[in-house]
Amino acid sequence: MTQSTFKTPSSPLNDIDVAAIRRDFPVLHQEVNGHPLVYLDNAASSQKPVQVIEAIDHYYRMDNANVHRGVHRLSQRATDAYEGARSKVRQFVNAKSDKEIVFVRGATEAVNLIAQSFVRPNIEPGDEILISYLEHHANIVPWQMLCEQTGAKLNVIPMLESGELDLSGFDSLLTDKTKIMAVGQVSNALGTVNPVKEMIAKAKAKGIPVLIDGAQAVPHMQVDVQDLDCDFYVFSGHKMFAPTGIGAFYGKQSLLEAMPPWQGGGDMILSVSFEHTEYNAVPYKFEAGTPHIAGAIGLGAAIDYMQSIGIANITAYEHALLSYATEKVSAMADVRIIGTAQNKASVLSFMIEDVHPHDVGTIFDQQGVAIRAGHHCAQPVMQFYGIAATARASFAFYNTEQEVDSLIKAIKTTQELFA
Amino acid sequence: MSELRDLYQEVIMDHKKKPRNFREIADANHMAHGNNPLCGDALVVYVKLNGETIEDVSFQGSGCAISVASASLMTESLKGKTLDEAQSLYDDVHKALTGESGGAELSGKLAVLGGVKEFPARVKCATLSWHTVHAAVDSDHDISISTE
Repeated sequence: MTQSTFKTPSSPLNDIDVAAIRRDFPVLHQEVNGHPLVYLDNAASSQKPVQVIEAIDHYYRMDNANVHRGVHRLSQRATDAYEGARSKVRQFVNAKSDKEIVFVRGATEAVNLIAQSFVRPNIEPGDEILISYLEHHANIVPWQMLCEQTGAKLNVIPMLESGELDLSGFDSLLTDKTKIMAVGQVSNALGTVNPVKEMIAKAKAKGIPVLIDGAQAVPHMQVDVQDLDCDFYVFSGHKMFAPTGIGAFYGKQSLLEAMPPWQGGGDMILSVSFEHTEYNAVPYKFEAGTPHIAGAIGLGAAIDYMQSIGIANITAYEHALLSYATEKVSAMADVRIIGTAQNKASVLSFMIEDVHPHDVGTIFDQQGVAIRAGHHCAQPVMQFYGIAATARASFAFYNTEQEVDSLIKAIKTTQELFA
Repeated sequence: MSELRDLYQEVIMDHKKKPRNFREIADANHMAHGNNPLCGDALVVYVKLNGETIEDVSFQGSGCAISVASASLMTESLKGKTLDEAQSLYDDVHKALTGESGGAELSGKLAVLGGVKEFPARVKCATLSWHTVHAAVDSDHDISISTE
């Protein structure tokens, strides 16, 4: 008997029908190395429900054509589906207008676009860009490249041993030279949920534009860009049950309109002659070339799917699951949790004493348990703790307490092997 | 679990827990640093060459079980070998781990390294020390190599 059998009906773990949800994810129903797959690498990439797979399948079987140009029926259907997905994203993050939603390949492309198109034209040598210690490389390297191109300086909000940001000197990092603050809402390596709303308010009070990297937030919590009052909000589809190669960003319409295009090509223009090109309106100005139409449709279907479960239910369920896992792992000897912030989402990073995380990853895999072992594209965080890598389990709403128990068992097996 | 036991069998665990020749050679005449920045494995290999013969070889550093055990096995198997013999063994290990040139059979304790071939993500762990010792004897000065 598992513990969940005895949970009271009021437990958030009963708020969603996880058995029914799991039936929607075909990939979960397989054995890996002779064991049922336990997929705990959701922060790297999430699995896709049939609703998303079928939306893409339907598009390619029935509606495939280019968008925004054909007068024929299929092109109209493709355009309607693509723009319909944009509306879903707009509603998902509560932007004011569909014009504020730009489709991109993912959060990485969005950060690069904003760095080059929004910040670069307005930055001078000696100006500053503010990021945090917890950032994913995708929210570090584009800014370093911009600094190299312009002579600007990269400033970093420090972190604490708990994995929370050290905001004691935050005000002094917001200077009249700061051209943008770019921070993640949730740390991918540690799961820390940063107090971005308060941070945004302080930055905005000094007139500093803010980009929020929401790649690790959108799969787990309700996001409201108007409530946050950020200027840009970027995220990827594949971490929120949509395909790879599609993502979107929100940008305030007045800012998007003032920005030059990032890439040139078809669809981002109104008219072209050899003497002059008239750019298209936002958001199309930033979507040069034929977009990932099927991906956008899949992203829209993923949003529908998440909303059918209820974002608040997802947050509550995952919180209870993470608490259960944290409690179990904390009770184990010679296992150290990396990242103990008060407010966390989805992620349990840990070290098994005297066992390298890559050995942990291989040994877990032999038991069907898929986790990430490595630096999680957040090497500064690893350097802070003086380690090269961690083992990281990351949860989605389709994971169960039984799967957490498999994780615990895998830790024990590893310890026995290395004893 | 059978493949797991194949990989993390006694030889690997034994060498991981008690690495052989885990020390500096004060009068080494060749040395090299090997790094795998992706996983943080970092080791130093010391070689004392006497003419064409590897009189002594050792290593220090840290890494996963496979990289430490491979380094330990490397020092054991190369000590006393001529440079030609060492090159031949290096080639065999490389072939056995990568399957290149039709692969190769490793004999004795080194045979356990062949099992790593079934775990492609881990091959670089096993080859790090071998690349590093190769770089050490090839160079007159301290040299750094990286597997990424």
